[in-house]
Amino acid sequence: MAREISVQKKAGWTVFAWCVGLLIFFPILWTFLTSFKTEGEAVASPPSFLFFQWTTENYFEVQERSDYLKSVWNSIAISFGSTILALIVAVPAAWAMAFAPGKRTKDLLMWMLSTKMMPAVGAFVPIYVILNYFHLLDSLVVLVIMLMLINLPIIVWMLYTYFKEIPGDILEACRMDGATLGKEIIYVLTPMAIPGIASTLLLNIILAWNEAFWTLNLTAASAAPLTAFIAQYSSPEGLFYAKLSAASTLAIAPILVLGWFSQKQLVRGLTFGAVK
Amino acid sequence: MATLHTRTAARFMVGPSVILLFIWMIVPLVMTIYYSLLNYKLDGTDITWAGLSNYYYFFTDPAFFYALKNSLLLVAGSLVITLVGGILLALLLDQPFWGQGIVRLLVIAPFFVMPTVSALVWKNMMMNPVNGLFAWLAKLVGLDAIDWFAHWPLLSITLIVAWQWLPFATLILLTALQSLSEEQKEAAEMDGAPVLSMFFYIILPHLTRAITVVILIETIFLLSVFAEIQVTTQGGEASSNIPYLVFSLARLDNDIGGASAGGIVAVIIANIVAFFLVRMIGKNLEA
Repeated sequence: MAREISVQKKAGWTVFAWCVGLLIFFPILWTFLTSFKTEGEAVASPPSFLFFQWTTENYFEVQERSDYLKSVWNSIAISFGSTILALIVAVPAAWAMAFAPGKRTKDLLMWMLSTKMMPAVGAFVPIYVILNYFHLLDSLVVLVIMLMLINLPIIVWMLYTYFKEIPGDILEACRMDGATLGKEIIYVLTPMAIPGIASTLLLNIILAWNEAFWTLNLTAASAAPLTAFIAQYSSPEGLFYAKLSAASTLAIAPILVLGWFSQKQLVRGLTFGAVK
Repeated sequence: MATLHTRTAARFMVGPSVILLFIWMIVPLVMTIYYSLLNYKLDGTDITWAGLSNYYYFFTDPAFFYALKNSLLLVAGSLVITLVGGILLALLLDQPFWGQGIVRLLVIAPFFVMPTVSALVWKNMMMNPVNGLFAWLAKLVGLDAIDWFAHWPLLSITLIVAWQWLPFATLILLTALQSLSEEQKEAAEMDGAPVLSMFFYIILPHLTRAITVVILIETIFLLSVFAEIQVTTQGGEASSNIPYLVFSLARLDNDIGGASAGGIVAVIIANIVAFFLVRMIGKNLEA
């Protein structure tokens, strides 16, 4: 039941909205373009927007300067590993809270959420001291476990809201038809739960990929993910715009694509259901 | 409808999550409180009981007041930019135009850029006084280039953080805006309500809840901004916030006791905000 609107008006909004959109997106676009320039052209004034000698050498030099691929691997291991581990713990919990809620389920959920609100610096000092004492700084396994714990509350919460939407009547119908609990889970619940689990997985991979407090503070050379790899470029002698751009483009491109798919889950996951 | 059998099963299913989160929350917090009461340096000197002196030093340290001021300014500045910008963007994205989906993707993209990347790209490629794009733009219109990070470090960081969080505010406000019924808007239009009064009497009140949620959630996240400071200014009086101060006490001064006292102060500040947020979410959960 769209309201009638003149073509001119729509064209005007189109031009304006595209300008605003491109303006906000511009730093990302600029990083992408700069990654194909030579270092000289990257700092040239006036800057060239499209008409420069396109080159892909930066992408190779980034790897030569320091082990970029290792950081890519670390990022993948941390984001996927922590999310999958958290899902293994969270799916049963969310399941139980959604389908067999007790008197304290709601309090339990709120308490879980509140752990997410504790600032990282509140826990930072002892964790640093302990890891330092046991020589566990710069360990990939430690980071995977830490990020799993950090995102666990959001994961339980998101799964809970998705499971809640599965109608209880269906379960009762299966029980009446004589399905066993195992059959009920495999044939009825799981297919309905998969979209919710997939959305949760997606959003939390993004959050873990971009996490930049623990990853910067608890890694050095061997476990450094992309967040820490890029941070190397902050030192003054490391100012290579084109290479910084190439490293950045590779670091954000995959997650940008995933992010675009997860728009809807973003609101749901990060507002904890407070906005519908 | 849940039987005793499923109750017991449910307990086993919820158990691991609860235990893990409990350990994760309680152990470090108790240790932080304990450390905050000690004279504890990582340089090998003896650990002694300090009582509340770490808190006393922390609160009388001028660095604390700068950090507190910077924390609050950073949160407030980013909130103002993301809220005003977010409302305007949400209204814009709600208009009918060609390519809505694509523009929406462009607008939300900054949220997915990792903090170290956005901070470095902005600092070097946008705000650098010699090679940055802003300097070039300023020269085009005949102005002197601004050395953003030398003169306005906190403002520069605030702008970067606001750019990252603008999509979040926009998405939430857009979601809320789209739940406003067409009928209500049409009725107001038919009654001849001017655009501005329609905004202030119909749209804005409808958005109140979403705005509150944005404020609370962003405050919690923005109070812990860290990477953006680490890779741009590396702290200092002009741009260090409380997390950064705690980090530098622990890592640079090796002062575990002092850093822990700072950490506890940060927890208390965050809890004040979290209290209101949890209450709001809880109310929604019953509905």
